[in-house]
Amino acid sequence: MDFLRPASWEEALAAKAEHPTAVPIAGGTDVMVEINFDHRRPEYLLDLNRIGELYEWEVGERDVRLGAAVPYTRIMDHLRAELPGLALASHTVGSPQIRNRGSVGGNLGAASPAGDAHPALLAAGADVEAVSVRGTRLIPVEEFYTGVKRNALEPDELIRAVRIRKADGPQAFSKVGTRNAMVIAVCAFGLALHPGTRTVRTGIGSAAPTPVRARAAEDFLQAALAEGGFWDSGRIITPSVARQFAELAAGACNPIDDVRGSAEYRRHAVAVMARRTLGWTWDAYRGNERSASCA
Amino acid sequence: MSVTRTPTSLTQGSRTKGGIGESTLRPDGTLKVTGEFAYASDLWHEDMLWGFTLRSPYAHARIVSVDIAEALATAGVETVMTYADLPAETRYGLEIKDTPVLADGVVRCHGEPVALVAADHPETARRAAAKIKVEYAELPVVVDEESATGPGAPLLHPGRSDHHAGHVPHPNIVHRQPIVRGDVAAAKARADVVVSGDYEVGMQDQAFLGPESGLAVPAEDGGVDLYIATQWLHADLGQLAPVLGLPEDKVRMTLSGVGGAFGGREDLSMQAHACLLALRTGKPVKIVYNRFESFFGHVHRHPAKLHYEHGATKDGKLLYMTCRIVLDGGAYASSSPAVVGNAASLSVGPYVVDNVDIEAIALYTNNPPCGAMRGFGAVQACFAYEAQMDKLAAELGMDPVEFRRRNAMAQGAVMPTGQVVDSPAPVAELLRRVKAMPLPPERQWLSAGSPGGSVDVRALPGGLSNTTHGEGVVRGVGYAVGIKNVGFSEGFDDYSTARVRLEVVAGQPVAVVHTAMAEVGQGGVTVHAQIARTELGVSQVSIQPADTRVGSAGSTSASRQTYVTGGAVKHACEAVRARALELGRAKFGTYHPAWARAELLLEGGKVVTDGGEVLADLVDVLGDEAVDIELEWRHRPTQAFDLVTGQGFGHVQYSFAAHRAVVEVDTELGLVKVVELACAQDVGKALNPQSVVGQIQGGTTQGLGLAVMEEIVVSEDGRVRNPSFTDYLIPTILDTPTIPVDVLELADDHAPYGLRGVGEAPTLSSTPAVVSAIRAATGLALNRVPVRPEHLTGT
Repeated sequence: MDFLRPASWEEALAAKAEHPTAVPIAGGTDVMVEINFDHRRPEYLLDLNRIGELYEWEVGERDVRLGAAVPYTRIMDHLRAELPGLALASHTVGSPQIRNRGSVGGNLGAASPAGDAHPALLAAGADVEAVSVRGTRLIPVEEFYTGVKRNALEPDELIRAVRIRKADGPQAFSKVGTRNAMVIAVCAFGLALHPGTRTVRTGIGSAAPTPVRARAAEDFLQAALAEGGFWDSGRIITPSVARQFAELAAGACNPIDDVRGSAEYRRHAVAVMARRTLGWTWDAYRGNERSASCA
Repeated sequence: MSVTRTPTSLTQGSRTKGGIGESTLRPDGTLKVTGEFAYASDLWHEDMLWGFTLRSPYAHARIVSVDIAEALATAGVETVMTYADLPAETRYGLEIKDTPVLADGVVRCHGEPVALVAADHPETARRAAAKIKVEYAELPVVVDEESATGPGAPLLHPGRSDHHAGHVPHPNIVHRQPIVRGDVAAAKARADVVVSGDYEVGMQDQAFLGPESGLAVPAEDGGVDLYIATQWLHADLGQLAPVLGLPEDKVRMTLSGVGGAFGGREDLSMQAHACLLALRTGKPVKIVYNRFESFFGHVHRHPAKLHYEHGATKDGKLLYMTCRIVLDGGAYASSSPAVVGNAASLSVGPYVVDNVDIEAIALYTNNPPCGAMRGFGAVQACFAYEAQMDKLAAELGMDPVEFRRRNAMAQGAVMPTGQVVDSPAPVAELLRRVKAMPLPPERQWLSAGSPGGSVDVRALPGGLSNTTHGEGVVRGVGYAVGIKNVGFSEGFDDYSTARVRLEVVAGQPVAVVHTAMAEVGQGGVTVHAQIARTELGVSQVSIQPADTRVGSAGSTSASRQTYVTGGAVKHACEAVRARALELGRAKFGTYHPAWARAELLLEGGKVVTDGGEVLADLVDVLGDEAVDIELEWRHRPTQAFDLVTGQGFGHVQYSFAAHRAVVEVDTELGLVKVVELACAQDVGKALNPQSVVGQIQGGTTQGLGLAVMEEIVVSEDGRVRNPSFTDYLIPTILDTPTIPVDVLELADDHAPYGLRGVGEAPTLSSTPAVVSAIRAATGLALNRVPVRPEHLTGT
């Protein structure tokens, strides 16, 4: 196994072009486990640790451009206001040691359906910045996941950053695991309200071969909120609306039975999380509306 | 982490500082916390090779052929060994020699060792092992009682000749122990209420953090030196030497740093493999399992199916109990027979029940082998009988603690085995104490550290996963109490050896304590020094490394080490003291009449009278002479249980703990947060109060793990599905509740200092207390542990 250590982003892209089988490694929280357990033995490892810009972020007008290797700890500490859903999801990643090393770029590269960042990215709205010596392309995150542990990257591409929509409304993230910390997701749910566009977006983790949006649930809720004039009135959402949203979210799942949980439980839990996160985000929205009108 | 009530009413320790009764610091504590402690996995030798074990992917298969040519030809590989290369005995075992050193034509469980490789790098060894071509022909598997004992069941060990073979009803039953006492039929006729239930306990793993590891160094005399993390050096030695074809004195073993044990290091793991490779190659060989392999490297807690029936009068008096306990021993016997004896003899719990009909069996199956784990058969029974106590109380409309109190045993009670409990058994008092503790405040997620009224999710089920802000959360409270034996039972010659030397070094009296006791984290080395200080009145005590140059200290298990090896150290110290006083009398006896009296003590480095008068400095008494005594010490003997009636003085001592669990359950998601696990335990005498509390909190947490998360999941074809810490979950600190501990010290006059073994009892009652609390919160029956979210949500 050859260990490639590019000193710059350009060198990294050149190396990846030359060795398309090279596996990029930054924090190593996923790749090293795979190697230690002998689950894979890549011909080349492409070490990205020397490339400083991957560890930086920029807060723009519309997006946060999050470098691929920014550790979860930094997201929790510095981007809570701009990316509240992702910050909540970051809290649930592994242990403090893992959060100090692991990054969203790694989650995307691994493309495990259980990756904690995915539901938050899907709910917020994000584009993956995929770069090669041929140029840069932006892949909408919902098109990025192509199968279990497969993604839309070309063999010569590396993830430079993720451009995540800044929160324009309340967001929530919720994850079920069978212990209270340091646990891989049995299933997870992300929800973001976008009052500016009067839309809602969702993300489901670990309940289908890939992370998915619950589009039918989103469409239903958007319509219900619009028809009922909820965005303007800030009224409490009727329980029947919440219930149907939850059922449609569960309907978006295509889970399996495995050692971590049954398919039936996963559907059930996604419904409960969908209902609860809707309650929390809508309460926050109503609270903001009220404090805005008081001011 | 937890609010701990400092044990009260502790009896006075010695007058020498750092003696018994004080919470002296562990010598290994700082090193372990700072990461500097050398564990067995840190062992290193120049030019050493690395061993790797090829294991079976099948639970039951015939080995058709093995081709090692390609593996052997790999650069860096020194040797490859299979069954055909074994030099002497090919099987070993703790109680029954049924475990192959390497598979002999058949594999009987997933992960069974088939071949060994030694190479100059661990990765080379692993890669070479993958090149060994083993052709298997799969055989039908036996995975439960029905498939093990049904017509035409394949026999796991045909032609058994072990000492249980003659009395078991089927060759796939390792051992069967019935216990009958009184007249169940007559009692049943008088019962006002009858309650029965079927219960199930999943396969728990010890999950010690330091994986199996050791280093074997071949010696010039043709023998081998083995540095090893184990629980009992001499039991290893007794199994190892015949496999190596060496006399025991050519197999020298030294304990290396042990990262936890909990029963999982009682059986051999890599000991024989490393020694065989070292003797064959003439080079030192190190073997370290990784986490995945560790799940196949040691036995687990027996999964169990238990059927219980109890009858009681309407005023809450237990009349009879019948039960049948089926333990899955897996492919090899390990300590299954002793686990059966424990499960049967402790199946009634700490209650007085005059009429019983009990049967416990352990099966041979193609599931992973099971053996010793903290609680040893008593854990499974306690989960079932405590569930029954709650059911009975509910049926009678009684408070569950009051119902238990009315039936609680006390000193003088008769066990179902006929044994009279002849030391304190404060069962009712322990229950009273946990019930009397104040309950933790409700809805702590709203108050604790959450300024501005936001929610502290750490105090809620789901924790940082942010699954609830209080929605669906219901609190429940549950109680349980248990009984565990201390020490090896059923007539086993359970002795320990200690060597104590007293001498003057650099002008100071120094005691040197040498035993073969395995320090696995229990704190034995701390206690030995305290005992020596108390008995010999010296401040400086040196604890020698544990090895086989001294006689056996028995196993670090069965809550026995402080009792038995501590007892041996105490008695060796007493003999040394007597000899030192003889020296003193010879030298100074004529100068003071008090020397003639027997009641002389050693304190603060001096010989003193019981009135405190100083007669001489120990330094002057000893002079250039060293007093050096090695002796064996035994607790009073026990008896085997009768194979038909189960009667017999089977256990040397009993220990008792009670728990009250307070849980918050997210009833919609089926997630559990254990808020508090209060424990009261009688320890006879707390030699090191802080260690005692630590043991109780550790055992309590391990019991919590079994209640809500810890299980090795085995597929229908006998394969382990979750051999990793990703999917075999153990409690994190956020899952660990506040554990207030109330320690009682009621002396057992038969035991050294009146002490009672501590380590296991809290593991028993913790699990049923947590499940009882979850039942209280949800109203569900919950007859299986660990409780999963699916069980709580009906999914």
